[in-house]
Amino acid sequence: MAEAKYISNDKLTAWLDELAGKMRVIAPTRQGDAVVFAPYASGQSVELAQEATAPPKSVVFPASEDLLRYDYRKNPENLGQVDVELLPTISPEPTLVFGSRPCGVRGFLIFDRVYDGATYKDPYYLARREATLFATIACGQAENACFCHSVGSAPGDATGSDLLLTPIADGFVVEAVSDKGAQCLESSLLEAAGGKADEAKAFREKALQEMGEPQDFGPAQQKLLELFDDMGFWEDVSAKCISCGACTYLCPTCYCFNITDENAGLTGRRVRSWDNCMSFQFTLEASGHNPRPTKAHRLKNRVGHKFSYYPNLHDGIIACCGCGRCIKSCPVSVDIREIVTKAMAHQPPAVEEAAK
Amino acid sequence: MTENPKQSPLAANPYLPEIGTVVETIQETHNIKTFRIVLGSEERMQNFHYEPGQVGQLSVFGIGESTFVINSPPTRKEYLQFSVMRAGEVTTKLHSLSKGDRIGVRAPLGNAFPYESMKGKDIIFIGGGIGMAPLRTLLLFMLDNRKDYGKIRLLYGARSPQDMAFSYELPDWLERKDMETVLTIDREAEGWEHKVGLIPNVLLDMAPKPRKAVAVTCGPPIMIKFTLQALKKLGFKDNQIITTLEKRMKCGVGICGRCNIGTKYVCVDGPVFSYEQLRELPNEL
Repeated sequence: MAEAKYISNDKLTAWLDELAGKMRVIAPTRQGDAVVFAPYASGQSVELAQEATAPPKSVVFPASEDLLRYDYRKNPENLGQVDVELLPTISPEPTLVFGSRPCGVRGFLIFDRVYDGATYKDPYYLARREATLFATIACGQAENACFCHSVGSAPGDATGSDLLLTPIADGFVVEAVSDKGAQCLESSLLEAAGGKADEAKAFREKALQEMGEPQDFGPAQQKLLELFDDMGFWEDVSAKCISCGACTYLCPTCYCFNITDENAGLTGRRVRSWDNCMSFQFTLEASGHNPRPTKAHRLKNRVGHKFSYYPNLHDGIIACCGCGRCIKSCPVSVDIREIVTKAMAHQPPAVEEAAK
Repeated sequence: MTENPKQSPLAANPYLPEIGTVVETIQETHNIKTFRIVLGSEERMQNFHYEPGQVGQLSVFGIGESTFVINSPPTRKEYLQFSVMRAGEVTTKLHSLSKGDRIGVRAPLGNAFPYESMKGKDIIFIGGGIGMAPLRTLLLFMLDNRKDYGKIRLLYGARSPQDMAFSYELPDWLERKDMETVLTIDREAEGWEHKVGLIPNVLLDMAPKPRKAVAVTCGPPIMIKFTLQALKKLGFKDNQIITTLEKRMKCGVGICGRCNIGTKYVCVDGPVFSYEQLRELPNEL
């Protein structure tokens, strides 16, 4: 890391204004009970004390975006002959996401391995990803749904960020994590952090320590595959799920999408939208056959994907950032930690019988 | 030789279809229609490389996309052929297309039949209904490379004579000396001169020998289930049985996350799997 800087709270707005002069700034903003990432307007107050209700996922992966526009053109010489022209739609805007937590950024690291694949690359995602910087705030105190330290991260994890801000005294110690981040530090509003950099380090270490022992979810990779056919287990853990999909929409790592066409006369667009694997329609085939016909099948896939299939394909990395949003926002309190823990402890009935 | 994805237009943007033109349509049965499609230019068609078994996404802009196997072999590249069974919104719209209409094509996608490792072996094709389409690709490819393969036998079944696709090719297949063709329908029908009976039962009568043989099968799930049992009874091992799967797909390039069976994505790891590979997968077909 380059030399650490410090900014006092009373200069924060001025710094954000400076940054907003150079690029689009997205920052957490209070909207009623919720805190959401929204475009920053000069002089506006930002909500940095509370973790945002929704992660900054949509900045790089919008809830809905055009993959292409199409235009049907009738041949003036022969009106029966219609040509179709496809128009490209990729146009990312340089953006700074200010005030995400480490978990929100980690979501993109999970995306990257899929969207920047060896064979196929997603140019829409990658263009935005490349154009987006993250100024991340280290967390001081974990909420009771937080478990980032159990999935390979930490409350002060700077991985994937460009700047790391740590709240100290009446301001933030600001450290550059990437070269692009270092450029954001070229401002007269920032001063040398001096001894505060050590305080920041201690702050982050304390936050991690206070989270207690991390839970080891590693064995779930194998265990969830073993439980695949144990539908009794999955019916049990999914019994209260109402298939609303709030967990998927608020999840920083949920990357599944749908593609649909929207037509208006002779023109229209092909749209990519967030999809929800908790929905019956997600895998429903035109024949009426559905390989995941019940919510038990669907919850199994969601948990299995994050804690088993993805790690299996990606060096053991769990596709969960431990932010706890699915737990906090679930209307019926389904807790993914509980399900994975239960799965790891589960003994097949036959073994229990034999043990008697 | 498959198309190097790095040189394919799909490398730059895997979601952007090429615009093709329907050059011919064939109404195969009351609900199956075949489309012969050429891509942009003759040069593009020559540079378009794929392997038997690979699929493509066909687009009707304004309605959507669906996945179909390219059922013409790479040895015959005047056009790309797709046979579409009318089932949902996209396939219904596709059925309304006729000669001269533009169509979006994203191809080739997915893996291919292991035609290299099948060289020198006896091949038994077992197709049911629209499941004949992917088999047609490999069958024609093998006939075009006839000396590379041993005995070639085809068992093709449909509900009724009217449900048999590729009817215009069947006389040739029946007559050819370099392959054996057996046709069957579920129930007696007037004027039908071939077998009557369910595919697995006819297969047991044909009794292909498993030694140095590979069975390639595709069809509705219930047919596959009993065909597998018949093949096992005949002595075929799991690694001698090859099938090709279908799932609801959107992106076709392993990203959108809906066609997985556990860790495998049917769109990129499939659609072709050996029964040995399928048995390793979780049970979620």
